[in-house]
Amino acid sequence: MKTASIIMILGSLLLLGLFKFPLWNIMLGAPQYPDPLGMNIYIDGIKGVEEFDLQNIDGINHYIGMKTIPKPEEMWEFSVFPKVILGMSVLGVIIGLLGFFGKVSYKFFLGWFVLMAVLGLLGMYDFNNWLISYGSDLDPNAIIKVTNPDGSPMSYKPPLFGFQKLLNFDVTSLPHIGGYLMFVGMLLTLIASWLGRKASLKTSTA
Amino acid sequence: MKNILQTTIALVVILIGFTSCNNSENSKGKSGALASNVAEKVYVAPGEHDSHYAFISGGYSGNLTVYGLPSGRMFKEIPVFSQFPTNGYGYSEETKPLLETSYGFIPWDDSHHPDISQTNGKLDGRWVFINGNNTPRIARISLTTFETEEIIEVPNSAGNHSSSFITENTEYVVAGTRFSVPVPQRDMPIKDYKGNFKGALTFISVDPEHGHMDIKFQILMPGFNYDLSHPGRGKSHGWFFFTTYNTEEASSLLEVNASQNDKDFIAAINWKKIEEYVNNGGGRMMPTNYAHNVHDEATHTATSTMKKEVRVVDPADIPGAIYLLPTPKSPHGCDVDPSGEYIVGNGKLSANLTVHSFTKMLDAIEKKKFDGDAYGIPILKFEDVLAGSVEQPGLGPLHTEFDGKGNAYTTFFISSEVVKWKLGTWEVLDRKPTYYSVGHLTIPGGNSREPFGKYMFAMNKITKDRYLPTGPEMEHSAQLYDISGDKMELLIDFPTHGEPHYAAAIPAEIIKNNSKKIYRLAENKHPRKTTTDAETKVVRDGKNVHVYMAMIRSHFSPDNIEGIKVGDKVFFHLTNLEQDFDVPHGFAMIGANNAELLVAPGQTRTLTWEPKQVGVWPFYCTDFCSALHQEMQGYVRVSPADSNIQLSWSLGD
Repeated sequence: MKTASIIMILGSLLLLGLFKFPLWNIMLGAPQYPDPLGMNIYIDGIKGVEEFDLQNIDGINHYIGMKTIPKPEEMWEFSVFPKVILGMSVLGVIIGLLGFFGKVSYKFFLGWFVLMAVLGLLGMYDFNNWLISYGSDLDPNAIIKVTNPDGSPMSYKPPLFGFQKLLNFDVTSLPHIGGYLMFVGMLLTLIASWLGRKASLKTSTA
Repeated sequence: MKNILQTTIALVVILIGFTSCNNSENSKGKSGALASNVAEKVYVAPGEHDSHYAFISGGYSGNLTVYGLPSGRMFKEIPVFSQFPTNGYGYSEETKPLLETSYGFIPWDDSHHPDISQTNGKLDGRWVFINGNNTPRIARISLTTFETEEIIEVPNSAGNHSSSFITENTEYVVAGTRFSVPVPQRDMPIKDYKGNFKGALTFISVDPEHGHMDIKFQILMPGFNYDLSHPGRGKSHGWFFFTTYNTEEASSLLEVNASQNDKDFIAAINWKKIEEYVNNGGGRMMPTNYAHNVHDEATHTATSTMKKEVRVVDPADIPGAIYLLPTPKSPHGCDVDPSGEYIVGNGKLSANLTVHSFTKMLDAIEKKKFDGDAYGIPILKFEDVLAGSVEQPGLGPLHTEFDGKGNAYTTFFISSEVVKWKLGTWEVLDRKPTYYSVGHLTIPGGNSREPFGKYMFAMNKITKDRYLPTGPEMEHSAQLYDISGDKMELLIDFPTHGEPHYAAAIPAEIIKNNSKKIYRLAENKHPRKTTTDAETKVVRDGKNVHVYMAMIRSHFSPDNIEGIKVGDKVFFHLTNLEQDFDVPHGFAMIGANNAELLVAPGQTRTLTWEPKQVGVWPFYCTDFCSALHQEMQGYVRVSPADSNIQLSWSLGD
């Protein structure tokens, strides 16, 4: 159980990487952009990969009537996400410490993982909703209006995960370092639960 | 006269026979089993980059062109001494001061010898300097922006030809006069030239941080013609060498009268000694008038300052600083090998190439082995300073460069070829024809302690049949050779722009990553910039109207202006708000008596327009900036001079 608790603490601490590294990254390449434009999505805001990328993405998007990329103060998520991540990390460390001293069982580890997974899914759902709104809530007076074959306006929603072609842009959306650290951290807490369970089964059979 | 002609013709005939025999030998060797695929050596695949930059002077275009090697593709023409309507250089209010001189605004010059800045005798790729020949000036071009940053006029000079060569730590850029003139200028009979005219050799110091130029001193030499020059390097660092012709001091029919002396001179100048003399208050300040023009990257604006005096040094006042090395027959090129030991005098009317030894020169000076003097400057004995001669290498030697492997390459104008020879043994190793009548040649870094001896290119004066014909006037040709092997191999032939007088070349990796993509708007300190839509305005100041206008894909802000009157002088101050690579915007105003503007991202430029007719007049973006470039336009309403319509401006109302 001690090993499991240490892994639990480590896993929870890895979440803190999100304060330093981006959670997600979206790159936009085009014939005119051999060096693609890119945005890094942090839990507290969106930043350009290069200094002027956001300005240039907004500049291009104004032709198709997309809203500008939100500033941190324009989305509640960017103030709530850091609190949730910090809270979950602290909670994970506390559970880990309690486990280390034998105060709680592995079930709390699993509980933390399930809670984090639910919160993560909610976050992804919310993020996807924003992408939909960002890509389809277009200015009716947009300079360029592109429609689907059925006549409905084309959506410029970037993919949540993976690659998509949007007009002249090749858009790739993938997790970034902070996101990978979070996944590894969550995996570690799951391993911690499993190790904890194995240890408790050993004690009960002994 | 007739005799000279006959001898020359005879010599040409003999040498043509001699060279053509050699050529056939070479072409036989080339078609052997080891012949390589030449096309492969110059093919730069689409999207790939060349390995070297070449900065080729535009000669009488007054500009500097940027080429890639080995492809021979031209990337850019950098305006230097000439107005350039393509981007508004010399027309915009910000750049006009760069072309100011003591003669007023000069819209043109003849640019000749680019040289790249050095540190410890190696190319450092910070700046390239180039001389304006006709109205003597030296320009400094930044190799981060690839724009002209500074131009300094050279007083007391005329035909600024033995320029702009730099010392091995860019301490000085040196400018020598081709024509000797009265110093100071005065009304006097031309026939009194001899003994009265002077040749000014100018040492311009270069600020190591910003590159700013300042004339440190001028040496007022005897009235010869100072043709070309090069710095000593390595062991001869601290010296500068100038070829002279017309030591006869003729003022008329120079082709005959300046070709009489069997030997002219290479002037060896110990500039360290003169620098020390000047630092201790030596020389005298002479009243004069010359322009110093500097473009500030932060304000995007050039200013011109007239300077009123210059420090001059009389050689007689500083004995032991200057010596004359007899060199046969009106030497042209004056080239110093990478070690600094050999000084090659390319006697253009001589059958042999003369190479002087720096060590022997010092020794002769030490032992005071003088053979008289010229106006008090000691003349050394030819035999005492001669390192060796390359015998009968060709006809009409002009310039020599070095590959850093102990070989020298000399151009021959009359026999139209490049000859490779060995330093020290003076044997001819190879010769290849050029097409036709080569002037200068360039090896990347060939002008430094460490040449990059892979490529050499020859810049020719005559094109004739090399390309598809384009009427009586043609661009000049250049040929690129691979010099990495024992024999030179012709790779490609490419046209150049203007007169490719000389070039400086450098491996691309030294400079390409320093090339700027944009100017940062946040660092724009132009007094009339417009950095946001909110700052746009139109302000009247008497008859002058200042329009503060922003440009961004795909509109001008404002794009409708009213209240302008006939007789006004309208200044369009345009700021490009883009911060994206390669998104310039242009500006063209109907009836503007100057040019268009190209404004780089983050930059501010001003075009002046004096409307002469009542009406509503359009302006538009000239650079195809975006899909809606064609919509990037606007109108100015011009009312009669006595109209009382107030100024107003708008966008999108």
